[in-house]
Amino acid sequence: MTDTLSAAGGETAGVPEFPMPRAARCPFDPPPGLRSLQEEGPLARVRLWDGSTPWVVTRYAEQRALMADPRVSADITRPGYPAQAPMPKGSFASFILMDDPEHHRLRRMVQAPFTVKRVEEMRPAVQRIVDDLIDAVLAGPKPVDLVEAFALPVPSLVICELLGVPYDDHDFFQDNSKTVIRRDAAPEERAAAGARLNAYLDDLVGRKLAEPADDLLSRLTGRIEAGELSRAEAAQMGVLLLIAGHETTANMIALGTLALLRHPDQLALLRESDDPKLVAGAVEELLRYLNITHSGRRRVALEDIEISGQVIRAGEGMIMANDIANRDPEVFPGPDDLDLRRDAPRHVAFGFGVHQCLGQPLARMELQVVYSTLYRRIPTLSLATDLDRVPFKHDGQVYGVYELPVTW
Amino acid sequence: MNVIVDAGKCCGAGQCVLLAPDVFDQNEDDGIVVLLDATPPEALRAAVREAAEVCPAAAITVEERP
Repeated sequence: MTDTLSAAGGETAGVPEFPMPRAARCPFDPPPGLRSLQEEGPLARVRLWDGSTPWVVTRYAEQRALMADPRVSADITRPGYPAQAPMPKGSFASFILMDDPEHHRLRRMVQAPFTVKRVEEMRPAVQRIVDDLIDAVLAGPKPVDLVEAFALPVPSLVICELLGVPYDDHDFFQDNSKTVIRRDAAPEERAAAGARLNAYLDDLVGRKLAEPADDLLSRLTGRIEAGELSRAEAAQMGVLLLIAGHETTANMIALGTLALLRHPDQLALLRESDDPKLVAGAVEELLRYLNITHSGRRRVALEDIEISGQVIRAGEGMIMANDIANRDPEVFPGPDDLDLRRDAPRHVAFGFGVHQCLGQPLARMELQVVYSTLYRRIPTLSLATDLDRVPFKHDGQVYGVYELPVTW
Repeated sequence: MNVIVDAGKCCGAGQCVLLAPDVFDQNEDDGIVVLLDATPPEALRAAVREAAEVCPAAAITVEERP
């Protein structure tokens, strides 16, 4: 039996707005409104900034099924695609907003440094970066902003090395990245920041063409010379990887540390253990629990899709709210507890389907090094302000904290 | 157990290599799956089943044989 909810003409009065606010006192939990929708069923209508009413998919099973379904498109240019914000004029999409075969063709070109083996080879270098930054923190004044002193530099240094971007330019690319992914930035402001990043990467690609080095941008210049990739595509991929490579992991480091400071029994597990399995499990649990990609994965149906007694019509948008799916009580008992020893099925923090995060081995390794080192080296680490005064990124496409004053 | 991989579907996320590195590897040029052992021993089979389950691109098929 199927039942199509009509959202046509003027029947959207009771449809909740998306994104939804979190509860003030529960900064680590998804919005209560999403929890209510999940309790009612796996799919519901929500209303976006432009008045459109796509589906929000709230349960784990349906999300996985839809994200893996070839009838579901990630192509941002298709009518019905539920855009996060107005698309700035003249902006062009990276492969995360394309379908196969184009997506597959481009993604394969940047995958090499992110394989599990290559990432594992980088672990000692990442450990050195983390140790050096902690040395500097311990030698400096307190309190210190952990975001500025540690959470942002770790992944920024790593992705710069991997891509071949000079770390000295970090103020420039961190500031512009922040604007690109701010929910409430004006479209022109976001477009300008994106254009600055694009021009910067284009210039770098030009320099690598003249003088190749042992890095990913130089690898891409080989593709340009072979006629497999345009220079514009290479620059665009550089922008994507630079933003995705530092913003996401930085937020996991800072927000993860805050969550652990609020759960001292869990923090103690990491501080007192050197078991790599426990650390790896802790990273998975923090990814599930925090799910910083709180804007959801956006998709549009290419055909009518029947799922769980509903029909998603061709051309209708879908938002996979990964944050609430990772709190699905059917899959994760006691879903709102942070339990580092939870032996749970795979979370969907990295998404699912062919678009699942390509940098996930690197993110995992960086977080394993950070979480297994920071609290052991600074065992008395504590928050240097009230939780109420911590500035959360409610306005970010990616969740986290803007600052985290800590002392020890 | 017989393991089949579809390199055309693979998106190189690497979850199978994390779970069962003796059975799956990745091509070093593009991260696409390389099958090392199509008939893994008993001790690895649970990990291989999990790898098939979590593969985001449904690129791994496991045929159970008596």
